[in-house]
Amino acid sequence: MKKRHKRLAIVLGVLAGAVVATALVLNAFRDSMVFFVTPSEMVAMEEIPDRTFRIGGLVEAGSVQRDTASTLVMFRVTDGAEGVPVVYDGILPNLFREGQGVVAEGRLEGDGTFQANKVLARHDEEYMPPEAQEAIERAGHPSGAGGGYDSQ
Amino acid sequence: MFRKIPWFKFSSPPNFYWLADRLTPWLWGGAAILGIMGLYVGFFVAPPDYQQGDSYRIMFIHVPTAWMGMFIYLLIALYSVIFLTWRIKMADVMAIALAPTGALMTFLSLWTGALWGAPTWGTYWVWDARLTSTLILLFLYLGYMALHAAVDDREKGARAASLLALVGVVNVPIIYFSVEWWHSLHQGMSVTLTDAPSMAASMFAAMLLMTGACWLYSAAIALRRAQVEALEREAGNPWVQDELLGAEEGGDAATAAEASGDLQREVRS
Repeated sequence: MKKRHKRLAIVLGVLAGAVVATALVLNAFRDSMVFFVTPSEMVAMEEIPDRTFRIGGLVEAGSVQRDTASTLVMFRVTDGAEGVPVVYDGILPNLFREGQGVVAEGRLEGDGTFQANKVLARHDEEYMPPEAQEAIERAGHPSGAGGGYDSQ
Repeated sequence: MFRKIPWFKFSSPPNFYWLADRLTPWLWGGAAILGIMGLYVGFFVAPPDYQQGDSYRIMFIHVPTAWMGMFIYLLIALYSVIFLTWRIKMADVMAIALAPTGALMTFLSLWTGALWGAPTWGTYWVWDARLTSTLILLFLYLGYMALHAAVDDREKGARAASLLALVGVVNVPIIYFSVEWWHSLHQGMSVTLTDAPSMAASMFAAMLLMTGACWLYSAAIALRRAQVEALEREAGNPWVQDELLGAEEGGDAATAAEASGDLQREVRS
């Protein structure tokens, strides 16, 4: 009986140790665990990294400007509090639209625009038929796109 | 009262073998019925999504397999604790029998996730927290199976692998909460224990049916695999002989010989 208890104690001890170690590691790498930063977080950064990074937020309604002769597109990524102008030359994902969640990868130029070399669409965790969405819009609520941002 | 419950009755291989023989046909049947119902509701009853159209339907495979991949790992860790503490061999048999199914489910969730990501996000793969931790889960399954088989002394290999399973279990909550703890490309949870699911009822119904099918399939295949594993480990014991001879008494000689031949093939592989 005693031996069993000792073994159980060791097993639980190993588990507890693994949990604590993992928590410490994840806490230490907190900044690298995020896939993107929001515009507010970017503004709050003490130092803008001189490498590519990702910003994420919603495509600001009415901000999308497309070049008629090329695939150049300009839009603003916003989290409600701050917005960043993004320039991108390439093919946008299908789900890209105004008010939709988006993640752009690139660098911040000196003039404050974000030069993206890749744009990914982000969708939210709500799934509904088109009729339900229309009913929600008729009731005067904005489309339910791009949830999960801190400032919302 | 507590002691009267036969806690360890089915931890003896013959009792387990007997129970698994009776359970598996029902599990197979249930999995087939729920799977057909789930696919029907998923393809023909559930409406298209307002943004993604029909491509969201891949979640009827994606979400149940992802859940199953995580849940099976929790089960393996639990069996590993039982094996390490009480040295019950059937606990290790169940753990190693579950591992290939868990790996398959995790692989399917990664694969369907990539197929879903391409039309929605615009990429098959990104190194965000949810995707990366799920890939680590797949590697943990593969590592567990490899370690289990790598040591010639089965008992030692089982103990080492059980320890790996136990330490690796910290990855499961990381997968589950990754979309809440960190910004990720992967969307948040649609289904939680506390809130109503954020999807249409028929979509949710299809997902639950497919989840049920996944559970029953996994239980059936794992029990079958555990039976074979138990036969192999207990090959010299009288109950195994009885099991094979019993088949001979029940049917005619030809089918019995065929059945025992099948078993021997299974045992060897």
